[in-house]
Amino acid sequence: MSWRALLHNHRAVAGALIFALFCLVALVAPVVVPYSPTDINFTPLLHPSAEHLLGTTINGQDILSQLIWGARASLFVGLVSGALISLVQLVMGVFAGYVGGVFDTVAAAVTNVFLVLPSLPLLIILAAYLRGGGLLMLVGVITITGWAWGAKVLRSQAIALRDRPFVQAARVTGESRRHIVFAHVVPNMLGIIVSNFFGAALFAVLAEAGLEFIGLGNINDVTWGTMLYWASEGDAILLGAWVWLLVPGLCLALLGTSLGLLNFAVDEIANPRLRRE
Amino acid sequence: MVSTLGLPAETSEDPSPALEVRGLTKNYSIGRIARQKVVRALSEVDLSVEKGEVLALVGESGSGKTTFARTIAFLERPTSGEIFVGGRALPRRPSNHRLREHRREVQMIFQDPYSSLDPFHSVRYSVARPLHSFGLVPRNAEREAVEELLDQVGLVPAVDFLRRYPHELSGGQRQRVGIARALAAQPSLILADEPTSMLDVSIRLTIMNLLLDLQRSRSLSLVFITHDLGAANYMGDRIAIMYAGRIQEIGPASEVMSDPKHPYTQLLRQAAPSPENERRQGTQFEGKGDPPDLTALPPGCPFAPRCPFVQSRCEEALPDLRQVGAAHHARCVLYE
Amino acid sequence: MPPLLEISDLTIGYGWRLPPSVVAVRGVSLTVGAGEIVGIAGESGCGKTTLALASAGLLDPPGRVLSGSVSYQGTDLALLSPDELRHLHLAEISMVFQASMNVLNPIMRIRDQFHDAMAAHGVHSSDGARQQAEETFDLVKIPRRFFDAYPHQLSGGMRQRAVIALAIVLRPKLLFLDEPTTALDVVVQRSILQTLDDLRHQLGFGVVFITHDLSLLVEIADRIAIMYAGAVVEEAPGRQLYEKPCHPYTTALMSSFPPLGGPRQRLEGIPGQPPDLRNPPKGCSFAPRCPEVITGTCETVDPPTAWRDRDHRVLCHLYGEQAGDHG
Repeated sequence: MSWRALLHNHRAVAGALIFALFCLVALVAPVVVPYSPTDINFTPLLHPSAEHLLGTTINGQDILSQLIWGARASLFVGLVSGALISLVQLVMGVFAGYVGGVFDTVAAAVTNVFLVLPSLPLLIILAAYLRGGGLLMLVGVITITGWAWGAKVLRSQAIALRDRPFVQAARVTGESRRHIVFAHVVPNMLGIIVSNFFGAALFAVLAEAGLEFIGLGNINDVTWGTMLYWASEGDAILLGAWVWLLVPGLCLALLGTSLGLLNFAVDEIANPRLRRE
Repeated sequence: MVSTLGLPAETSEDPSPALEVRGLTKNYSIGRIARQKVVRALSEVDLSVEKGEVLALVGESGSGKTTFARTIAFLERPTSGEIFVGGRALPRRPSNHRLREHRREVQMIFQDPYSSLDPFHSVRYSVARPLHSFGLVPRNAEREAVEELLDQVGLVPAVDFLRRYPHELSGGQRQRVGIARALAAQPSLILADEPTSMLDVSIRLTIMNLLLDLQRSRSLSLVFITHDLGAANYMGDRIAIMYAGRIQEIGPASEVMSDPKHPYTQLLRQAAPSPENERRQGTQFEGKGDPPDLTALPPGCPFAPRCPFVQSRCEEALPDLRQVGAAHHARCVLYE
Repeated sequence: MPPLLEISDLTIGYGWRLPPSVVAVRGVSLTVGAGEIVGIAGESGCGKTTLALASAGLLDPPGRVLSGSVSYQGTDLALLSPDELRHLHLAEISMVFQASMNVLNPIMRIRDQFHDAMAAHGVHSSDGARQQAEETFDLVKIPRRFFDAYPHQLSGGMRQRAVIALAIVLRPKLLFLDEPTTALDVVVQRSILQTLDDLRHQLGFGVVFITHDLSLLVEIADRIAIMYAGAVVEEAPGRQLYEKPCHPYTTALMSSFPPLGGPRQRLEGIPGQPPDLRNPPKGCSFAPRCPEVITGTCETVDPPTAWRDRDHRVLCHLYGEQAGDHG
């Protein structure tokens, strides 16, 4: 994987730019928001105007401020869940696959159990059970339901790598198991691992929004998902406040797209056969 | 600058062979739980390799030669049998510490130059690892030590090769890196598993000559595994022929080649392409049948189904290795 | 009567744009007659497989013929439509690729693969096809009972024979073999080669046999062409090439095979590597590695084609001042 390859890949550049934009917005949100996102002192249901570029909600909150602030939540949940999921997958997939033996047998069994559990109902049930918990609860629930599939993929890849001559050569030169996993197995799986990370982050962003939309998150948090919840509760469409309903969804779609593009890009770079001439 | 590498191994008075193997057996089980089969990859192998000797181990695929190397290198645990390196026994379940000592003494060169080097790491990294993991050289002397090794395997100027990656090297160059890596541990025994069969013909000799030169200058013991009789004759002081997981014939190279005793060796010799052979018109070649099925070996001699001299007692019992020359043994009823 | 196969000054390159980034075959000429075995020997990257593919009409983009021609029985292959070419394949011109034993579809019985291939060439009657195929099995010495089996039920050697059977079931006139026995053990290899030789006498097809194993070719080929960096550097009848090799590469290649007997003496391989065909050197491509290089000439001037005998030609400055066409 070379930097130059990244720059020539249009999908990577597009995805990276969009993603970077969201990150930037999330970082400088406190500075950039025109008003406090929770401030309810404005006239409700205003159409977009000079003072409120995207209008106001039924509770009198500025939509643009909420939108900017919501980026923080989505990125937080997306990246943290993605990271946690990747970590679990590394242990249950890569390490188990390489080490083999009893550890792997148990890990594989656990992975299979989690795979069999239907993730969407589980997600909803867990979130409902922990009702009222905010973003951290969502991160937890998403991690629990989102790690299994990727772990299975990583495991089979690790098992394949285990038999490669250069890994066996590392054993013969006296390397410790831990060193072999981190210096030989993981680097040669980097493409899949990074790709899994983006996939997990995408899943997390959408799962979070979905759960909040059905009211299972903390409805007092300012996130894109809760914006959609309130918009739906407040009959935004009936009242003609289509901007309120549209923009959070649009942002979710854009962020999701950027993660998807980055995912494709990593796939292409790691597997030269997918590159287009 | 005084080099700590490249000096010949200390010549001790210890007469023990570099490698001795007794009754080495390796079985694998394959298949699912209800229908498991046992692959008898190695059966009761007795062998020894003297210090400073090159033993060429010849066999086709499925003969057990690669399993032999992997078992000695302890990439696989033997099912039974004993392994002695430099007179010292290797326990069936060695401790981590003991295993590291073993690894220090016994190194391996792999067949496929395109997958025996980690594509992610530079040449310098791959060659330095043994120096690091066995604590052979202080950190600040590592680079010099790697350069010297690269020099000795003919990758000059060594400085250029340090920062290169495997995909930038040709097959022959990669194999040289593999050899440098094996030498870095300063082993007493090197197992070379078909190190030239995936290289171009004109490169093979350069690598074989390199191995011979290194072996002689360092008094290393070398087990050279191959399916090519010509290469075995070139490299080996002694040749051992393997078939169906057993040694069928073993003796000095010139003797085994000029006067092969075992029918399988004779068959190999006949079958090997040689420009000296007159053009054959019409069928003279006796080879028939297929290589043996290691999950269903017959009770007697495994070569019986294909042997032109087969007798009824061949299928009853497996013959022992019998002396057929000064240091030459063969396993065949013809010599009992 | 035109020869079975005539390759005329063929140059082949690879690349999506012109000029192509690599010229894999340069000005190669070769003829194959009926019942003849012509061997092409060379190492990786010499262009022998590319040459074979183009000569069989199987070269796909990004490979393309840049100049020269390939004629089968007098017909230029480049003038044929894709359909006409397809009709030629298997029925007249057939090819066995490297590591072919894996070419058989693992989930189809062998008989079905034969039926497929034969039906594509108009042999639809399943009884007729079966009989023809089983006779071919007899010819390549596979027991008939394997006809109904799956590929994995045959050993590697048997599978290779089955692939050869598939290649000759419609009795082609020209057969290309690209390293047909490399992955097999030497005993099986010998047996298969013997079968091929017998078949060639029985059925009279012409064979182009590509391999890196020169000692094998000396035994079985009527004529041998040695390729290096895309060009034929020497061509001669098999025996003569062995007894009186001219080109320094041929000599070096032949001594790269350690002998099975005789006194043990040190041999040298050929130091260095074949040239990068993306940046071919001027003059003779073997010059950088040649033990008999003529400094000043070999690195700058393209070597001429010299004729040692009526049927022995060399591409080398050491022999003859003939100003001739290349190839």
